[in-house]
Amino acid sequence: MGKTISEKIFSQHSGEDVYAGDLVIARLDFVMGQDGTAPLAIHSFNEMGGKTLFDPSKVAFVIDHSAPSPLEGVSALHKLMREFSHDKKLLLYDIGDGVCHQLVPEQGHVVPGDLVVGADSHTCTYGAINVFSTGVGSTDLAAAMISGKLWFKVPETIQFRCEGILQPGVFSKDLILRIIGDISADGATYMAAEFTGEGIAQMEIEERFTIANMAIEMGAKAGLMEYDEKVEAWLSGRTQKTPRPVAPDPDARYHEVKIYDLRQLEPQVACPHTVDNVSPLQEVENLPIQQAFLGTCTNGRLLDLEVAARILSGKKISRDLRFIVAPASRAVYLEAMNRGIIQTLVEAGAAVVTPGCGPCVGTHNGVPSDGEVVLSTANRNFKGRMGNSKAFIYLASPATVAASALTGKITDPRSVLA
Amino acid sequence: MLLKGKAFVFGNDINTDYIISGKYKFKTLDMNELARHVMEDLDPDFYEKINKGDMIVAGSNFGCGSSREQAPLAIKHANISCVLASSFARIFYRNAINTGLPVIECDTSQIDDADVLEVDLQKGIVYNKTKSMEIPVTPLPDVMIKILRDGGLIQHFQKHGDFNFD
Ligand code: SF4
Repeated sequence: MGKTISEKIFSQHSGEDVYAGDLVIARLDFVMGQDGTAPLAIHSFNEMGGKTLFDPSKVAFVIDHSAPSPLEGVSALHKLMREFSHDKKLLLYDIGDGVCHQLVPEQGHVVPGDLVVGADSHTCTYGAINVFSTGVGSTDLAAAMISGKLWFKVPETIQFRCEGILQPGVFSKDLILRIIGDISADGATYMAAEFTGEGIAQMEIEERFTIANMAIEMGAKAGLMEYDEKVEAWLSGRTQKTPRPVAPDPDARYHEVKIYDLRQLEPQVACPHTVDNVSPLQEVENLPIQQAFLGTCTNGRLLDLEVAARILSGKKISRDLRFIVAPASRAVYLEAMNRGIIQTLVEAGAAVVTPGCGPCVGTHNGVPSDGEVVLSTANRNFKGRMGNSKAFIYLASPATVAASALTGKITDPRSVLA
Repeated sequence: MLLKGKAFVFGNDINTDYIISGKYKFKTLDMNELARHVMEDLDPDFYEKINKGDMIVAGSNFGCGSSREQAPLAIKHANISCVLASSFARIFYRNAINTGLPVIECDTSQIDDADVLEVDLQKGIVYNKTKSMEIPVTPLPDVMIKILRDGGLIQHFQKHGDFNFD
């Protein structure tokens, strides 16, 4: 019987011939923790009686969520991570290096065919380069750091077949928002998603990351894509590891196959306070906003900053709002500087903050006030997400956010991109 | 292991930001402090109302959102004995088992706020005393029962030094 990408990766990593529903203990190729989860993992590691890591070169900590530290308490946790990293000789990315989900693939730590866990729910991002990666909690992370293994239930898979290519002004963010709106926040719980078809093949790797990143927002364990020349080109020069691409069998069994025609898609917006509360942009057009945010592991990459700069070039943002930009990593920041993108954004009125999570999770760097409306490129708009439960968060593509920063209200990017 | 307590009923899609807001989780590893803020954005007095053993009852997709293990830990430290929901988000479910917080998947539509419940984890039975009715439970996979029996994944590793499900 044919296998899905997940079934193949779990078979290879458990040494057994497994299918959806089987429980396995599988070998891990890389594990990651960030400053919201690693401190607790260190605590668990010590409690478990952990002494050494299974392989320090396969473990990374990233200080990105609350970086630089805004509070004494956070500083103590960061210190704990630094000391542990030094002691155990694991890879540490410190403040300013970037968001974990940009760094792990960008720095070449994961390659196609790998099985990866991270103590962060958006670890599913690396599915875009044919890696089975999924989020776990701190105790799982501790067990993984000690043993290099973890238990898994092999998931069923929903396949999303994306036909046709996106129209100008419509982006991969619009597609994944539409999919989540259709399938709902728990429509793929316990399952993996596979995204395939011409629509995906045409996308740049950065655009694919946006889709895989948000697989968790429909409850999925992973958001997987196939290996192709674009993945190969993206990986070249980044990694010493050898890719082991995994394609699904033609007769693989899917829980469901859904077909999307990308030609029909219009810009989308997720409205407060759930990610699956998605409307076509038209329905919320002209809603005044007080803060725009461009960044995060979903949309803080070079292409995202670039499209925003294209829209804002030579213009000024509305005086009625603040515009915060957080490049996804130091490398993205540097490249955006080299290309004049940062210059354009700052001249337009953007406030650029340290590469990392920025205001995404409400720890610092732009907490909205009561009743304010935020338009963000992030992946979550839960009540209180950005640090104030009385604010209203809308999610959209970088182009929509930039176009809206210009006018001070939710604006269709096609009206300014022409 | 018999659990007994009063039900606090919440709706669908209770995410980890509601369970414990991100603004607290970065501040401290003191779970008793975090416990005071459990469900605060949904019910500011929730923590004050809990008696030891009480249960959280919810609809579908409980614990969706971030992977923060502080969510099940804060619930556990708030003296909640277990969470019953019609379905759970995957990472929360794992984290709950790993931290020793019992989670029970069952039809929760027949449970109202303040109903008194009895849960037998070994037998897999939920009994609604207030309504005198038994609710069938989806059984836990073996691996999870073994981790819960050891008291959580930490205790499992203390005992075996590695995964051991034989
Ligand atoms: S950018 Fe936001 S969603 Fe991404 S890892 Fe950071 S806090 Fe999480």
